[in-house]
Amino acid sequence: MIALLVRDLRLAIRAGGGFGLGLAFFLLVAVLVPLGVGPEGGLLAKIAPGILWVGALLACLLSLDRIFALDFEDGSLDLLATAPIPLEGVVAIKALAHWLVTGLPLTLAAPLLGVLLNLPLTGHGWLVLSLFLGTPALSVIGAFGAALTVGLKRGGLLLSLLVLPLYVPTLIFGAEVVKRGAAGLSVEAPLLLMSAITLGSAAALPFAAAAALRINLR
Amino acid sequence: MELIVSDVAVARGGIPVLEGVNLSVSSGTALVLRGPNGIGKTTLLRTLAGLQPPLQGTVTLPPEGIAYAAHADGLKATLTVTENLHFWASVNGQGGVEEAITRMNLADLRDRRAANLSAGQKRRLGLARLLVSGRAIWLLDEPTVSLDAASVALFAGVVREHLVRGGAAVMATHIDLGIPEAEVLDLSAFRANRHIPAGHGFDEAFA
Amino acid sequence: MSIWEYANPKKFSETAARILPVVAPLSALTLLVGLIWGFFFTPDDYKQGATVKIIYLHVPSAMMAINAWGMMLVTSLVWLIRRHHVSALAARAAAPIGLAFTLIALVTGALWGQPMWGTWWAWDPRLTSFLILALFYLGYIALWQAVENPDTAADLTSVLCIVGSVFALLSRYAVNFWNQGLHQGASLSLDKEENVSDVFWLPLLVCIAGFILLFVSLVLLRTVTEIRLRRLAVIEARERVE
Repeated sequence: MIALLVRDLRLAIRAGGGFGLGLAFFLLVAVLVPLGVGPEGGLLAKIAPGILWVGALLACLLSLDRIFALDFEDGSLDLLATAPIPLEGVVAIKALAHWLVTGLPLTLAAPLLGVLLNLPLTGHGWLVLSLFLGTPALSVIGAFGAALTVGLKRGGLLLSLLVLPLYVPTLIFGAEVVKRGAAGLSVEAPLLLMSAITLGSAAALPFAAAAALRINLR
Repeated sequence: MELIVSDVAVARGGIPVLEGVNLSVSSGTALVLRGPNGIGKTTLLRTLAGLQPPLQGTVTLPPEGIAYAAHADGLKATLTVTENLHFWASVNGQGGVEEAITRMNLADLRDRRAANLSAGQKRRLGLARLLVSGRAIWLLDEPTVSLDAASVALFAGVVREHLVRGGAAVMATHIDLGIPEAEVLDLSAFRANRHIPAGHGFDEAFA
Repeated sequence: MSIWEYANPKKFSETAARILPVVAPLSALTLLVGLIWGFFFTPDDYKQGATVKIIYLHVPSAMMAINAWGMMLVTSLVWLIRRHHVSALAARAAAPIGLAFTLIALVTGALWGQPMWGTWWAWDPRLTSFLILALFYLGYIALWQAVENPDTAADLTSVLCIVGSVFALLSRYAVNFWNQGLHQGASLSLDKEENVSDVFWLPLLVCIAGFILLFVSLVLLRTVTEIRLRRLAVIEARERVE
């Protein structure tokens, strides 16, 4: 299992795309939005939590189809399915690897972009915490979507269509945490609910994703 | 340690291709599957590997007993020969990477990235993976594609040694590997009779 | 005599052919009675005026939009557990109908919202959840169409339907949390005391019955079509082989 994690991380680093693209996309969103809505600080501060969360979510979406598609094409997935690791474990590890190369860098870069978007200083801590606890759910849900569409030729667009509605609860609670945190209100409820979604997804979705993979490998 | 296939039918793309397949492979024996293109060799091997369920019949396997080598080698282009092998060795909880590299004559290439290997070299690396799988029954789908004569002989030697050590192999291949002890099974005899429904194929209810 | 006998495509088609000529006209009749009664023979609401009458389309279609998903969930589970093809095909057949009901609920809601709230669209929790429900339907239908092998498609969509149901429920609660909303409370409940007054309630019940019958006839019709399409594909595949 650890070998799989190490391999996936190594591949992501060597291929270059992993970290870089998602982060660059996230940065672009944070730059383009002020250009679109105008430079007024108050307005930006107000919409910053939502923009940052939507940006992180879309950046995460960019690399989802690579979770299984590459291994499917070169035959590794067949071999992993016959290897002694349970396929559920493969899914969980691959989701973790995806989070380490997208979710985690996005979380760490977020405060910088928060500054660009005039997010009040009190909100930064909550921004990092909410992304830290919420982006794992995005990776696991994304791995489920990637497992559903792995054999398809034009799977990328379909993947977005399938995954984005599933992202709704995480997005709502995550952005709510930042919004409330920035306004100095209590964030307990949305933070707990979002963490519950992350934990629930991490516990249950690898099974659904492994089932989908087995169906697709038939 | 025995692989037993009894009365198995398999389908490709929803159409039954083989039916009534009976075979068994035990320690020290090898079986070569023959038959024209499209007869269902790959489908049968995938069924034996547990990647797809048989339409009917049963496949009995020792637990975690098989290593499957498909058309695709499962190599990562950006990893070196050693890294690729190390990965599959540790996934299977095995060692012996160095030995496998020597046996498949890959020593000179050990630090080369898989992207820079020739087709035959990739194939040799893909087959070296079998040696670090620690599995007793090898399911090989056209193992000698893109191998030159010397490499085929090398590989045949590796398979024979595996048999001597108590392993077994089921191979789909068109050429004579030079493994005299291998039995040959012509799959043409099991071609599914498509006029008669295969029993509980999913589409039968609709016909 | 077990209910699973109807899982046989032939038996299902024969039964559907016998039921449809009864159910379809009945649904037309019920809808006609309910809508005419509702539109022309009920008084205007003292606050909402004549606009309240859109309730006879809005409420039943919203109910059926959710019930259709529920039916898809049940048939998906039946397919995964018992491998009856008709069940999977019924789920496939119900999805576009559910989507249509969702869109009707959204459009009639917008038409109603304009005079009432002064806006065509508000990010009200109920409206928002219906919009999200429409996205779930779209994804489900798209997955059915993208996968070539019908059994693979049935398996994958069933898994999606189950996971989607959980997330649809979560979204509903998340959206409630996110915005408390303008929408009025439920118009109907089993407890008669809490209902809208009888004059509106009775024709509404008739309309709901009409929508249920309409849903049943459409699902039967489309399932039979799906069965025939599947049969055609099998026959064509055979001919290619021979």
